[in-house]
Amino acid sequence: MSTLPSSDHLLTGSTSRGADAAFKWLAFAGAVVVVGLIVLVGGELYAGARLAIAKFGPGFLVHSKWDPVTDEFGALPFIFGTLVSSVIALLIAVPLGVAAALFLTELAPFWMRQPVVTVIEMLAAVPSVIFGLWGIFVLVPWLRDHLFVWLKHSLGFLPLFQGPIYGVSMLAGGIIVAIMILPIITSVSREILRSVPNLQREAAYGLGATRWEVIRIAVLSYASRGIFGAAILGLGRALGETMAVTMVIGNRPEISASLFAPGYTLASVIANEFAEATSDLYLNSLFELGLVLLALTILVNVIAQAMLKTVLGGASGKVQ
Amino acid sequence: MNRVGSMAPSPFLPSAGRQRWRRYKSAAVTGLLCACALAVMAPLFLVIYYLVAEGASSLDWNFFTQVPKPTGEVGGGMANAIAGTLTLLAMAACIGVPLGILGGIYLAEYGSQRANEWVRFGADVLNGVPSIVWGMVIYLLLVVPFKTFSAYAGGAALGLMMVPLVMRTTEEVLILVPQSYREAALALGIARWKVIVKIVLKTALKGIVTGVLIALARVAGETAPLLFTALGNNFWNHNLKEPIAALPLQIFAYAISPYDDWHRQAWAGALVLLALILAINLSVRFLSRGRKSG
Repeated sequence: MSTLPSSDHLLTGSTSRGADAAFKWLAFAGAVVVVGLIVLVGGELYAGARLAIAKFGPGFLVHSKWDPVTDEFGALPFIFGTLVSSVIALLIAVPLGVAAALFLTELAPFWMRQPVVTVIEMLAAVPSVIFGLWGIFVLVPWLRDHLFVWLKHSLGFLPLFQGPIYGVSMLAGGIIVAIMILPIITSVSREILRSVPNLQREAAYGLGATRWEVIRIAVLSYASRGIFGAAILGLGRALGETMAVTMVIGNRPEISASLFAPGYTLASVIANEFAEATSDLYLNSLFELGLVLLALTILVNVIAQAMLKTVLGGASGKVQ
Repeated sequence: MNRVGSMAPSPFLPSAGRQRWRRYKSAAVTGLLCACALAVMAPLFLVIYYLVAEGASSLDWNFFTQVPKPTGEVGGGMANAIAGTLTLLAMAACIGVPLGILGGIYLAEYGSQRANEWVRFGADVLNGVPSIVWGMVIYLLLVVPFKTFSAYAGGAALGLMMVPLVMRTTEEVLILVPQSYREAALALGIARWKVIVKIVLKTALKGIVTGVLIALARVAGETAPLLFTALGNNFWNHNLKEPIAALPLQIFAYAISPYDDWHRQAWAGALVLLALILAINLSVRFLSRGRKSG
């Protein structure tokens, strides 16, 4: 290389090999940072939670008392709240999101698809705190005065829909999270549905199936595994949602059968109490809640990525 | 297309009544899917409608030039929060963009199949880490040792969140650069790192900028990682070693306050924040149209 005439400024002498190696290491460092960050995040949370882990042991996960005054801390109400609000969100968002994805891939005329996709992508860009603001002043009052009253009236025989209606509640939290995970469920489902070979559809139409039968037999059954993956990915997002949930869920560490009762999630208790945690044990317990949240989301995300990878293959497993 | 009735009668075909029922069912499902698609889009329009209806009237000169008034006094603005958000974004970009681009270069240009799988996996896991967890980690790393909440801590939290986003988009656009460019340049005897920096990166520059802007728009609205890092305040602060205000923090604080005047300002702040984020997103989409269509 060094023997070439170096009239061009791009051509350098023997130093280029050193520079090449240096640049390669620099790029490598950038990639390693990513893996390093995961270790850092887990390690720091563990370090922050040391006292609580030593004091409460695994019992932390199943104790339901959260009392900073007597220094008694248990994570159960928050784990319960996180899981219940996320499950409510999935029950609402998965059918809606899959239906919207079906609309986009099977029904909508071509000129309509891109605008609808853009709207859904914009929905994904709305910050959590703005959904929270809208939730406090628009959604929760509406739920309190209309939907919840109707639910209590017509389904009140179920323990889920009994008890006083405050507005802020587990159900309100679930609904706001549902809105926030709709875009990701829709866009991943759409990727999945697009990967269904057209031959499948044509074969079903050729047999005389109606549109719904084509969707059910040829498309949905083929894509069911991927859609399950999309739902799990949505769950991963739902677990970590913080601001909007904090603003509408009521923030009371109680385990109640009624969805009208206020709840509390792992992320919201951290957001609310972290800055005012007075004792070391209190702060450590909050860090342990963070560790539980991190473990849950990583577990769920890894499962989702693995499922989507087998369906979509390679790089498409990545989303937004 | 979906009608069987025109075919010759066959003993295998179901009765006419059954076929009518199938067609009705199909039409009903078609309608239901359209309704669901509308329902998915509705929240965006509802949120924008309420932001404009409740917030637009409060967007005046004061809002963009004044700092918040003390509790109980009417008036004031969010000038410091707007400036704070821009400051935090600039600091986040200083951390997230170089790291992300370097990682992307490694994935696209150097990494072996096996190494890449691990790094991509790591990026996906990082992408799934809840934003509140980033706040806690940075609190331990930058707030506790220096004994003060600071703009640096807030910028670091947002910057680290940007890394996986920038990295994956950089990788994607670098892969799109034709292999023949690299081969031609290498054949001319140009050092590999110069090929990458001056030819590959330059060719893909537009895509990389797009990715960076989308990542910035994504972290611009983050509140949770700032709660115990940047903390927020109610006055002008030009010292990055001290707490700094940010729009999302201010919106949150005002939204959960009991004062009507603050609620009014929370709506206005949310309108400004959403306008900023949607403007970045839409302009980026407009610029990169045709490169990768939905």
